[in-house]
Amino acid sequence: MTKVEQNRAYLSWGKHPRPHDQSAVYIRSLGDQLPRPDGARTMLPFGLGRSYGDSCLNSENSVIPMAGFDHFISFDPNTGVLQAEAGTSLRAILETFIPKGWFLPVSPGTKFVTLGGAVANDIHGKNHHIAGTFGRHVRRFELLRSNGERLVCSPTEHPGLFAATIAGLGLTGLMTWIEIQLIPIRSPYLNTRTTKFRNLDEFFDISCESDSLFEYSVSWVDCTSEGDNLGRGLFMAGNFSESTKPNKRSNLSLPFPCEAPGWLLNSLFIRSFNTLYYNKQFSRVVDGLTHYEPFFYPLDAILDWNRMYGRRGFFQYQLVVPFEQDRSIIKEIFTRITRSKRASFLAVLKTFGDLPSPGMLSFPRKGVTLALDFPNDGAPTLALMDELDSIVFAAGGALYAAKDARMSPQAFQASYPRLHEFTKYVDPQFSSSFWRRVTGRLTEGL
Amino acid sequence: MNNVMIIGATSAIATEVAREFAQSGAALFLFARNQERLETLANDLRVRGAKTVHTATFDAHDLESHQRRLEQAVELLGDLDAVLIAHGDLPDQTECQRGYQATERALQTNLLSPIAFLTWLANYFERRGRGNITVIGSVAGDRGRQSNYVYGTAKGALATFLQGLRNRLNFCGVTVTTIKPGFVDTPMTQHLPKGPLFAEARTVARRIHKAMTRGQTVVYTPWFWRFIMLIIQHIPESIFKKLRL
Repeated sequence: MTKVEQNRAYLSWGKHPRPHDQSAVYIRSLGDQLPRPDGARTMLPFGLGRSYGDSCLNSENSVIPMAGFDHFISFDPNTGVLQAEAGTSLRAILETFIPKGWFLPVSPGTKFVTLGGAVANDIHGKNHHIAGTFGRHVRRFELLRSNGERLVCSPTEHPGLFAATIAGLGLTGLMTWIEIQLIPIRSPYLNTRTTKFRNLDEFFDISCESDSLFEYSVSWVDCTSEGDNLGRGLFMAGNFSESTKPNKRSNLSLPFPCEAPGWLLNSLFIRSFNTLYYNKQFSRVVDGLTHYEPFFYPLDAILDWNRMYGRRGFFQYQLVVPFEQDRSIIKEIFTRITRSKRASFLAVLKTFGDLPSPGMLSFPRKGVTLALDFPNDGAPTLALMDELDSIVFAAGGALYAAKDARMSPQAFQASYPRLHEFTKYVDPQFSSSFWRRVTGRLTEGL
Repeated sequence: MNNVMIIGATSAIATEVAREFAQSGAALFLFARNQERLETLANDLRVRGAKTVHTATFDAHDLESHQRRLEQAVELLGDLDAVLIAHGDLPDQTECQRGYQATERALQTNLLSPIAFLTWLANYFERRGRGNITVIGSVAGDRGRQSNYVYGTAKGALATFLQGLRNRLNFCGVTVTTIKPGFVDTPMTQHLPKGPLFAEARTVARRIHKAMTRGQTVVYTPWFWRFIMLIIQHIPESIFKKLRL
């Protein structure tokens, strides 16, 4: 049984681009067959809409809202294996299982994503150097295909579809349930260490030393300082604590009240914020005991923070470039960003490890990754990103599909070497705005 | 509250209330229309920590069967501390205007069926001498509006019924709670355009859980609806009849 409606706007987190004539097709039960949207429309599962660009949109076609399918199916307290419906949010998993002593094997920077979204984007987190991507911790899932097949996929059953669906951007069919391995923790607190670095060289040195000592690490970087302070920032690392701290935290989260006016995010404001944030700690190294929420999900405390960018929305840009001894590429990227004065306060830097993902279109690869926001100022913003693209792709890097709204088909096809293999597994009834954008010529050629 | 019954348990709001109770280790008895969805929910609640979860289907249009259903449920649970009546259906107002049939069905689901349950439950709790009965009403019952007065009639009459019941059971230590949610983002309101007044089912559910544990009387959720409805109730009828609400 299906119902079609068009009243509600299913947008991506960056609010750009906006889909046209995108309808929602509801399914009543995960036991049903896939809906048949009217005409030649394709489908795309839609979770909580935290992808930034157009990978969660299906303009002029249909989305299948999944957030209502949020039931736990089973949990084994001896092994930590959890099976749940694909629309289950990471927030629900954390709230239920942290009190029982279990944590997500890999967690992104927000808990407002669904399990399905976590698999389809093969998300990564602060422990990539130790644990790899989310897809490595997926044991199996059920995939519903438009030809009526209902397949349980794992590394041994339908391994091709398994590898295609992980990081498969929702294109291989509808995941109904997913089984993952949780990890045991002793406490919801982490022993943390925040280290100031004055420039990128210091970042790389600290990163090298700390990755063996800390399970989790990420850096916030000031994209407004230049010269000797190019790429200064704070390196934040932590390990889950053995001890529990008795005091309770409030669950207060404040919504960003409205779409902010465009002038708010001017360069002076951003520069001041960055300087203040960098100087929030005086000593070079500060150790502490931190609750998991502010450590993993600092931005979740401000609901709808994307409204800060107003109606015009913003671009998020996340790149990875390989590095061995060569730090000049990332320095060049920082120089361009700083010079442009277009970056915002949310610049995040991290080194990826070399653990491979099963996902064919997985983004993380050994190297250094940088994620940052650019307010959507139109042509100059696009020009800056094009400029950065040329450095990233010349260095053999890649951009993260979940955050992209504008990379070229050539760039996508060149930076995802298993793309041709993946294409075979795409369900003919499934598509997305992103997919049509980056494969235009590719699918014509097939 | 250790033993809790929820009628209409697979609705979005009731599901979230059930999860609140499950987390604190309650034993639950769930009624809903669809067995498959009941089982899915029961598994979810077991994983979350519910002590036991029983389920049974019911048909809101088969009023005769309500009493038997309740007797069986209480026998299985052993004892009942609280009950939440959450079933309902938003009727198509224009269809109700076209013919009485649709109106009758709407009144059965939203008014007579809850009253059939409440009649038996009131006597049960009266004998027991403590407990809580909570019913989900609606702000739509506070004043009749052209856009959905059939639904409003059911919820308004239900609120009046609960006022009387609250008064009657007050003397034997049983609390009766009327919940009046505003717009909630659920499958029932899926077809409506969403505005800033829409609340998440989970937020509303947490408030209901709190109201049940405390045995509160009338609860608007989110809270600001109390003030919105206060204003709406005080608009003189001579003006109100001219509004397009």
